[in-house]
Amino acid sequence: MEYILGILILSAINLVAVLGLSILTGFTGLFSFGHAGFMAIGAYVSAIVTARLNLPFMVGFLAAGLVAGIVSLGLGRLTLKLKGDYFCIATMGFGEAVRLILNNWNWVGGARGWESIPKFDGAGNALPLAIAAVAVILVWNLVNSRQGRNMVAVREEELAAQMAGISVLRTKMLALVVSAILAGIAGGLMANFIGFIAPKTFNMVKSTDLTIIVIFGGLGSISGSIVGAFLLTALPEIFRAFSDWRLVFYGLAVVVIMVGRPQGLLGGVELTPSGLRRILAKRRVRALQKAEIPGAAGQGGKA
Amino acid sequence: MNAILEIDRLTKQFGGLSAVCDVSFKVRDGGILGLIGPNGAGKTTIFNLITGVYSVSGGGVRFNGRTITGMEPFRIAELGITRTFQNIRLFKNLTAFENILTACHRSAGYSIAQALLRLPRFRREEIVLRQKAEELLSIMGLEDRAEVQANNLPYGLQRRLEITRALALDPKLLLLDEPAAGMNPDETEQLMALISEIRTRFKLSVLVIEHHMDLVMRLCESIVVLNFGQKLAEGTADEIRRDPKVVEAYLGPGGN
Repeated sequence: MEYILGILILSAINLVAVLGLSILTGFTGLFSFGHAGFMAIGAYVSAIVTARLNLPFMVGFLAAGLVAGIVSLGLGRLTLKLKGDYFCIATMGFGEAVRLILNNWNWVGGARGWESIPKFDGAGNALPLAIAAVAVILVWNLVNSRQGRNMVAVREEELAAQMAGISVLRTKMLALVVSAILAGIAGGLMANFIGFIAPKTFNMVKSTDLTIIVIFGGLGSISGSIVGAFLLTALPEIFRAFSDWRLVFYGLAVVVIMVGRPQGLLGGVELTPSGLRRILAKRRVRALQKAEIPGAAGQGGKA
Repeated sequence: MNAILEIDRLTKQFGGLSAVCDVSFKVRDGGILGLIGPNGAGKTTIFNLITGVYSVSGGGVRFNGRTITGMEPFRIAELGITRTFQNIRLFKNLTAFENILTACHRSAGYSIAQALLRLPRFRREEIVLRQKAEELLSIMGLEDRAEVQANNLPYGLQRRLEITRALALDPKLLLLDEPAAGMNPDETEQLMALISEIRTRFKLSVLVIEHHMDLVMRLCESIVVLNFGQKLAEGTADEIRRDPKVVEAYLGPGGN
């Protein structure tokens, strides 16, 4: 039972980080391979706040999000004018830089890591679940606002978005800051859940893991990110019976999904009543088009 | 004459090449001006200079008496200049309704905090935005396609949707880049009617690039002819048709 709860909490923590990345990658179209850097910042900030300053967990998490958010403002100013691929490389550099700085900073444990950080337990285990739930609601509200629609416009067609009076830079910045705040909070949760943090926890593999979850769940879908976060956090645990082979199975599962559904599990659709209605309507249209006489298919646009 | 747009000795150089050189003209407030010229004459470049996509090498652009040269593209759009593209640029994976709803964003002013918490102002303004988007779609005859994904629309309707999106910002000046490209005569006819209708309905001034000569000649009250980045002629349809320089540019020397 404890084991299942552990996986659930880990999924919730991953979900918080993934929601942020979903905003950045799934909705705004910017790829980042450095978000483990924001998680690291959050983890160490929360560790300092709770272990050194002896303040409550919530203060630690809020500080974690705040500091990560402020750092992302700086990173954004430097890198958001770059085109997509170059921005991605820059974030990769950022993530590694954060990790290396922590590696050499002995006050926070250096490369050996930092042990005996206060852990939440008992009723405290509700914290990550509650925070994940609040994050889902806020992110959902964000993507259904004009600010969220601007992000999608930037993803779809940057030039047209500008011509529609949307500040591309400001929109990207908002997405980056939101994603960094959430990654920071997730990092804080992780520090106080495991009680031990080390720089190598937040390497590039962690960043790519997060991006894989977003793509696996489906770009531009909050429901997809939720399903992806729980499924892909649990999957390596389910495959634990295969010991050394589990990562191979994990990789295989991801490859199979991506080949079978390149748009991800729930790319661009949401598991809401209206979202499901839309999927069904599309199915019906497709079935109708198939039923049409092939000769008339050329003018199918009016159907 | 009250000019809404004044192009003053506008120049754009790409390296050593002058794509646009010393071009000046005005668009009358409420007027409709056609921009014609052979391929590569610099027509689209002028659009990109007006909307701030390219930086200007020389000269300037004034809109409503205010210099807009060097302003960021989204600010120029906010001021009231919107455009369509030669190769349609819709938000392809969104529905027609979502395309318009996105472009209506300037009609709401709620902050990000108000959106996250769904405060009353957010709810109120979202309703207004949705009504506006629906209204625009029905004015443009697209209401029954509202839920169709933009890239699944027939070509003619994609153009229409793009014009609708440009109108969603309540522009004062609309720039249309070859709106009739790829359309059959029937669709072109409909398009002309549409442009005339929205001009009066939304009190718009229009600047249109077009290759369909009959469309330009019938629709535009005045025409500017460009050739190799320079202004070749300016005048009414009749004057342009008779201008020997224009005939030569289009048909070669001795064309008439």
